[in-house]
Amino acid sequence: MSNWPPLRFHVPVPAVRPGDSPDFSHIVVPPAGSTRRPDVLAAEPDLRDMPYGLVRVLDDEGGAVGPWDPGLSPSELLRGLRAMMLTRAFDSRMFQSHRQGKSSFYMTSTGEEAVGAATSMVLGRDDMCFPTYRMVSYLMARDYPLLDLINQIFSNADDPLKGRQLPILYSARKYGFYSLSGNVGSRFGHAVGWAMASAYKGDHKIAISFIGEGTTAEGDFHEALTFASVYRAPVILCVTNNQWAISSFQGIAGGNETTFAARAIGYGLPGLRVDGNDFLAVHAATRWAADRARSNGGATLIEFFTYRVAGHSTSDDPTRYRPADEAAHWPLGDPVDRLKTHLIGLGDWSDAQHEELEAAVRQAVRAAAKSGEAVGTLGQSKPDTSEIFEDVYKEADWRIVEQRREMGC
Amino acid sequence: MATMNMVRAINSALDVMLGRDPDVLIFGEDVGYFGGVFRVTDGLAERHGVARCFDAPISEGGIVATAIGMGAYGLRPVVEIQFADYILPAYDQLVSEAARLRYRSGGEFWAPITVRSPYGGGIFGGQTHSSSPEAIFAHVSGLKTVIPSNPYDAKGLLIAAIEDDDPVIFLEPKRIYNGPFDGRFDRPVSNWAQHPASEVPEGYYTVPLGKAAIARHGAAVTVLAYGTMVHVALSAVEESGIDAEVIDLRSIVPLDLDSILQSVRKTRRCVIVHEASRFAGFGAELSALVQERCFYHLEAPIERVAGWDTPYPHAFERDYFLGPDRVVVAMQRTLKG
Ligand SMILES: Cc1ncc(C[n+]2csc(CCOP(=O)(O)OP(=O)(O)O)c2C)c(N)n1
Repeated sequence: MSNWPPLRFHVPVPAVRPGDSPDFSHIVVPPAGSTRRPDVLAAEPDLRDMPYGLVRVLDDEGGAVGPWDPGLSPSELLRGLRAMMLTRAFDSRMFQSHRQGKSSFYMTSTGEEAVGAATSMVLGRDDMCFPTYRMVSYLMARDYPLLDLINQIFSNADDPLKGRQLPILYSARKYGFYSLSGNVGSRFGHAVGWAMASAYKGDHKIAISFIGEGTTAEGDFHEALTFASVYRAPVILCVTNNQWAISSFQGIAGGNETTFAARAIGYGLPGLRVDGNDFLAVHAATRWAADRARSNGGATLIEFFTYRVAGHSTSDDPTRYRPADEAAHWPLGDPVDRLKTHLIGLGDWSDAQHEELEAAVRQAVRAAAKSGEAVGTLGQSKPDTSEIFEDVYKEADWRIVEQRREMGC
Repeated sequence: MATMNMVRAINSALDVMLGRDPDVLIFGEDVGYFGGVFRVTDGLAERHGVARCFDAPISEGGIVATAIGMGAYGLRPVVEIQFADYILPAYDQLVSEAARLRYRSGGEFWAPITVRSPYGGGIFGGQTHSSSPEAIFAHVSGLKTVIPSNPYDAKGLLIAAIEDDDPVIFLEPKRIYNGPFDGRFDRPVSNWAQHPASEVPEGYYTVPLGKAAIARHGAAVTVLAYGTMVHVALSAVEESGIDAEVIDLRSIVPLDLDSILQSVRKTRRCVIVHEASRFAGFGAELSALVQERCFYHLEAPIERVAGWDTPYPHAFERDYFLGPDRVVVAMQRTLKG
């Protein structure tokens, strides 16, 4: 007989559920400016504290402090602010359009706009982003035409993806935006391969890729890290930790045990943990990783620490699994408010200008939505039916030819 | 007895089995507290505890691999893959591991696991929320694949699947979770309450795997279908007035070959209907079996009505989803033959 106790089966559960008071007391928020900024070509063993820190630039008063301040010009800051505000206005309008039956599905990125907007501004036009579905701000920062997005969401006759793809799973090659798949995580390794190809060709392009914290549990994540490390691929691998994967809290993906940035250590990659609601911090950390990649320093894993304010998609109700007012208690604030306060503090912005910009982005979205509606919404307009059979292969074989004839298109 | 839709009936099967057998446990993405994105596991964690019904990481390969290990230990895990499209990351575990564990170990280990997953089109899910992957499982020796078409069968078949000592893929036609759908988008949506198969016993019962049901008796032509397509086929029969016999296969592995052959030998004609793409779909196997074993009884070529050989296109849902008209055309062709 042994004296060991019986083994216990452990299933992690979040601290609070609907009806409880929100509790983020487990989250340690170091003061802005307190996390060190190592040299971009520092050796990986000298970077192993970074995944446990939190890169922050904007302090509680909206000032930019510490070694990570990217020193952006007012016009760059405003560009970022506009992209975020446009994203928010767009999300709100498109969510409402779904409720009105104009599309089949939508997902917002409310609270996470800084991640797409700032990384988009760091990466160049020739680089490639392998996005998640919460990255529309990446396109907004590059002035992708709103109408094209809307036509895709409405699946109408002008849908740039020809009616084949679920709304919001965009593809925008000319804007450095790789085609989205509905299978989460499945493109993480493509980014590594794309970056390896650039290195193989002796080009200057780098790749950036995003994955949700929940999806880091997929094999794709670990495979990508292995290849990125082994071949020193010029790629920035990002985890957007917005705390929730549909109804599952980050502990279900292992977030209670260590940080997502610290996953890097086992692969011999640098890992940075960054305040994802701080536009300046996101920008600076991405710049650091991009510079490292461009100087043949290889890949970096970045965890953007943020919060999914709204539901997962139009199909779920977050109040069924978390306190209704949890978002309001998120300790790292709102990315738009924080950048706005910063700009006002610099003397480069005012409440009145902010209101004006807000009205302008809303008007831009409204005008685009009207144009999209004029082309048609879901079920009222669609691309030519023959599109079903195009692009399955480069050249259609007899099956496609026969079936197309049978359909009469 | 109670009136249940498919979601409730499947939930009831899981509830009954959690209550009966402490070795049964349930896990998958969002199935715990939230009760699954289709609400199929609603209330189970609350009633039976988080150790019996819990959330899994987003890792289909991990979910199935873990289930296999649990099964090898002696548990009967029932895992949910959120959409059948996402079984593919677990495909290697199912095919290379679960399917062959008993065989390769000389019977020393086996994996009594059940993998539940909503599948099929008709809900504007686009290419990654609409797949019908049954044929890729049917091709693998060592797996069983079950597809119910109504609440009564769903509950009885799921209990049988959980009690089965082999790995079972249990595909749930999500288009008919809340009501039968016959492929006519222009008609009001019906619900299960009006359907006799929604009368479901509250407690334990089974529907054996490998036994087809005759959904409608007839003499003119045999229609083989499963899942949502049973309802499409019945509607085609009703609209055309053709006296067809509609066979609901209920499971494609094991396959109730006797019921199929008996019917085709009687009607001498055969139409096969499935949602999945046509080329190398399960209809090809059915067609070959019928041809091999009923050749001298057949009076017309076997017809297959199936999805097009393309990915599932979002905006074209209603062009793509197979309706009764195409089944009627196929039946008429066999009658002329
Ligand atoms: C391979 C695969 N499995 C499951 C799903 C269903 N699904 C869609 S989004 C999602 C949650 C993703 O959470 P996370 O990675 O944290 O990203 P977030 O939505 O929070 O941005 C799941 C499980 C899917 N789309 N693909």
